[in-house]
Order: sequence, then C-alpha cells, then structure tokens
Amino acid sequence: MVDSRGRGTSIRIRECAKTFPDGTRALEPMSLEIHGGETVVFLGPSGCGKTTTLRIIAGLESPDSGGQVWFDDEDVTALPIEHRNVGMVFQSYALFPNMNVEENIAYGLKIRKFSRGEVSSRVEEMLDMMQIHELRHRTINQLSGGQRQRVALARAIAVQPKVLLLDEPLTALDALLRERLRVDIDRLLRDLGITAVYVTHDQAEAMSLGDRIVVMSHGRVAQVGTPRQIYFEPRDPFVADFIGTMNRLSGVVENGVLTARGGSVELDEHPDGPIEILFRPESATIGNTGNSMLQGRVSGVFFLGDRTRLIIEEAGEEPVIVETAGSREFETGQRVGVDIDRDAILVL
Amino acid sequence: MIGLSRRARDGLTDLWLVGPASLALLVLIFVPVVAVAILSFTDYQFGARTFNFIGLENYKTLLTDPIGRRAITNTLLYVAIVIPFSMIFALLVAIGLHGMASWAAPLSRILRAAYFLPVAATLVAMAIAWQMLLHPSIGLVNTFLNAIGLPGQAWLSDRGLVLYTLAAIGIWQTIGYNMVLFLAGLAAIPGHLYEAAACDGADRQWERFWTVTWPMLGPTTLFVLVVTATNSFRVFETVATLTKGGPAFASDTLVYALYREGFVYFKAGYASAITIVFFVFVLVLTLTQFGLLERRVHYR
Repeated sequence: MVDSRGRGTSIRIRECAKTFPDGTRALEPMSLEIHGGETVVFLGPSGCGKTTTLRIIAGLESPDSGGQVWFDDEDVTALPIEHRNVGMVFQSYALFPNMNVEENIAYGLKIRKFSRGEVSSRVEEMLDMMQIHELRHRTINQLSGGQRQRVALARAIAVQPKVLLLDEPLTALDALLRERLRVDIDRLLRDLGITAVYVTHDQAEAMSLGDRIVVMSHGRVAQVGTPRQIYFEPRDPFVADFIGTMNRLSGVVENGVLTARGGSVELDEHPDGPIEILFRPESATIGNTGNSMLQGRVSGVFFLGDRTRLIIEEAGEEPVIVETAGSREFETGQRVGVDIDRDAILVL
Repeated sequence: MIGLSRRARDGLTDLWLVGPASLALLVLIFVPVVAVAILSFTDYQFGARTFNFIGLENYKTLLTDPIGRRAITNTLLYVAIVIPFSMIFALLVAIGLHGMASWAAPLSRILRAAYFLPVAATLVAMAIAWQMLLHPSIGLVNTFLNAIGLPGQAWLSDRGLVLYTLAAIGIWQTIGYNMVLFLAGLAAIPGHLYEAAACDGADRQWERFWTVTWPMLGPTTLFVLVVTATNSFRVFETVATLTKGGPAFASDTLVYALYREGFVYFKAGYASAITIVFFVFVLVLTLTQFGLLERRVHYR
C-alpha cells in the first residue's frame, strides 16, 4: 500500500514556460505549488497548455531554460521521466497490447527488479483495488474502454509512484461510464493520499475531483482555487464563462441602479456609468410580471426533471438563462418577471 | 432493372464488380497452374506433337539427379541467408533512419532514398555494375582487399563462394524495400506506448525495443518475412546475368533451372515439374508463416 496519506510528495513548478521548436508558445511562464497528497486539476479548453504542463511535471517535456520542477526538496528538472518515479494514465490508455492484464500491471515492477514474490503480491493488490480480478488473464484487445482504464490506473499506481499524473483519462469513455469511473478515481486518490495532477476539459470532472482547480487559457493560468472559489468567485470573464453557465446583463448605472433593457436592478455602491453584471442561472428566480426586477419573454423551455431551464429574451441584450425548481409549467412566448439574488451578482 | 428486387440488383452489381477480375484470375492463373501440373507428369517437349504420361518420373529426376538436387539445395541455402540478413539489416537501418528523422530530417530522407535505389533500379543493369565491382583482377572489391593486405577472391567463379556472393547481392537488393516497410511500421507505433514504458522505468533502449517496438512491429515483420521469402525463392536475374548457374551448377537455382530446362532445352514436362516443386515450396512456406505467426503478432 502506498501509505502516504497526507504526506505525499509536493510539487513545485517555478517559472516553467514551453516554446516548441516551431516557435509555438504552448505555455507562458507559470509557477504553482502543489501540496503533498493534494489533487490538483488542470482545466481548460484544448490548446490551453494544460497537457504541456502535465508533461513538464512528468518529465516528458523539458521546460524552456530557467524553468524548474521540484519534487519535495529535489530539483527534478533535468531528470528524465524514467527516473522521476511518476505514475501516468494516458487518454489512450497506452497499455501494451502484447501483454495480458497481469503482465501490464507487473511490467513496471519487473523493470524495477522487484522480486518475484513482491511482484505477484503487488499485482494481486492492484487487481483487488481496481476490482479487475476476473480480467487478469485477458489480453488488452478483449477489454472494454472502462476496463482498459482500470488496468491503466492499476499499472500506474503499481510501482508506488511519488506522483500520479492523469491526462484526460476519462475523455474516451461514454458519459455513464465516465461518471462511475470518476467516483472510483476519487475514492482511489483519497485512499492512497497520493499527490495527483489531473488534466481535463470537463468541468464536472474538475469540480468533483479537484482539491484545487487550475483554470488555464491560451497558455496562461487564469485562476487557481478550490472548486467553490472557481464557481462562485471567478476572477475573470473567461473563468466565469468556462465553468457552468453564466448570464451577462449590461446596462448603465445611475444612482446605484442599473438600468437594463428589460428593467432595473439595484446595486450597492457602484459608480455611475456603463457596466456588465454576471449571475448564475440558479441565482435568479421567476417572479410576477408586475413587480419583478426584469421583464422578459420565454423563448425556450427545457424540462430537466428536477428543474426547468428557461431561456428568456428581452430582459437584457443577451438572452438570460434561469433555472427554476418548481413544478410550474411555462410556454414559449409567455411573459415573465425575473428576480436576481443581489448577493450572488458578480461584477468583473 | 424491372422486376428485380433490391437484393437481386445488389447481387448483380457485386458479380459485375468481381466478375472480370475473377475471370482473368481463372484463365490466367488457375487454368495454367492445372495445365502445368498435368504437364509435369508427361515427357512433353516444347513443339512436339505427342507426349506420353510418365507418372512421377520428372519429379524423381529432379529429386535424385545431382543437378536437380543442387538447384533445390542452392535455392534453400540462398533463401536461408537472404531472409534473416536482409530483414535484420533493414530493421536496423529503419530504426536508425526513423530516429534520425527527428534530429536530421534532410539527411534521413537522403539516406532513405539511397537505400531504396537498388529496389528502383533495374537489376540487370545493376548486375553489370556488380560484375565490374567483383571482377577478379580489376574489380574494386579485390583492389580494396589487396590494398589492405588481404587476398582477392574469384567472387563469381569460385564454386564455394559464388552462391554467397549472389546472396550478398540479394541482401543488398532487398534491404531498401524491407526498410520502407519497417519505416511504415515504426511510424504507426503510438508514441504513448514509449512514454508509458519510460514512465514505468524502462530507461534502456533495448528495454523499450523489446517492450514496444518489436511486439508492435509484429504484423509488419510477418509481412516482410513473407514477401522476402517469396522474392528470394524466385531469385533469377542475378543468376542469369552474372553466373548462368555456374560454375558447374554451383549457383544453379530452381527458377534458373526451370528457365534452362524449359526455354533452352525445351523440356516442358521437366520444367513443369520444377515449377510445381517451386510452387509447393512457396505455398508451404507462406501457409506456415501465416498459420504459425498470424495469431501471435496481431494480439487479438
């Protein structure tokens, strides 16, 4: 067992940038400290530099000169991946097709010259942990995507790595399986207490797995924070838009009151002038047409079971999305009032 | 197409597409093979008006006559040398050029073309070049050997040497083609597998080779093996242009013997027997290779 709960290896990235030989700047200089035992998720659209950062931590890419990577008190910048003792899970699984499940898991242990007894007991432990005992003699081509990913996870942690790196491990799986494996990965990371770096473009994965999330965009870190901070206190419009759904309402403030297309909203202590406020769909409620803050017309109704999502035109310049939990029914074209929870309004 | 169901029309389309090629295959391959098989049991001479069925007499001659046996053993020896060497050298060259492509792409491309030249060149023309290189007194090879103090050899007229000389030329000629196949195989190996092997601690080149390169090249290697084997069984041009099977049948091979018996001596019956033996060799070899190896290289 990797008995390292709460004392996993810390990772420090110092001024790491990456320019590829063709001149593409994949990563602007970035610094980040990842605590021992912490799960940090790099989140962003494709091409944002999240995978490059992961590969720099792994040792598969070296940062531009001046950049450093530290594992605890050791500068590993010049150390190639085979000597960094990291476990890695690839999006494409990267399992060896000429070996069966057992051999794949045992591979790293054999390379590291573990004794035969140690190898087999460790493999047993991994098969148990990932609940893939019945697959042990199967070849990789006989496995489903989800099973492959379990084997890939088992192989990655079998060697008791200092750090576990996961590069979009669930992207190739269907939605239901993704959710199930997400739960399993979460449990695994908590149980192992291993330092983990997880790369994804899926915000639901990031929110549910990360102790902290690093939102990236165009090779830069847009924001680092806990899932709650990222969701409720986005630091810039990119983060606000990328995580969840965010409404934008623009207008002009005069004497603390914002006047928008469909009505007005009282704001506390805002200077006069043009402004854009942001709020989440769940921070707004549907009220009566007469005395609500904003008036609008329903242009789309999506019944989601536990709630109903409404698209409302004419309240602002852009359509406003409101989610309502009640069983009240709506029709397109219907006029409604919208009230916004004033504490949940963001101004960036 | 009135009155025909969609299924019938699809069927007709299939037949129409596959028909001409199948017909050509039947007329140009299967019928001649059967004709050759029948001829091999006769004493038919090309141009003669009659022939007699003589049973297995032709086969008996081929397998017991010293000249016939010589052609068979020479061919087998030639194949046994050319297959492993041309494959190993081609694999080494391909791995080298594949690696070089990442740090010296232009040089890698030039060398790739150089290695492929023997494949593109006409072997008969190349044979003249080889003849000059291997000339006992004025050839470059012997001049070089003499310069470094080694005795020159009669490369093409020494009975004990000539077959190995031809095999060396065969290897030279085959490497380029095999290299191209191996290069394609190498390019198709996902980089993630090397990264996964490295991540698991495989820090030596040979560890990565045995873990990733060799197993992933399995299908390519099988294909190269089959192609090389059938091609080297067919060795003919170098024999015909450089040695004519001599000296004293020391470099006689199956296909050259077939040519001599059939087109020089017009012994069509005997030549047909040689053809059938040749055909059986290649068939058995190919079936064995596929049967034995197919399941082990595709990981299904």
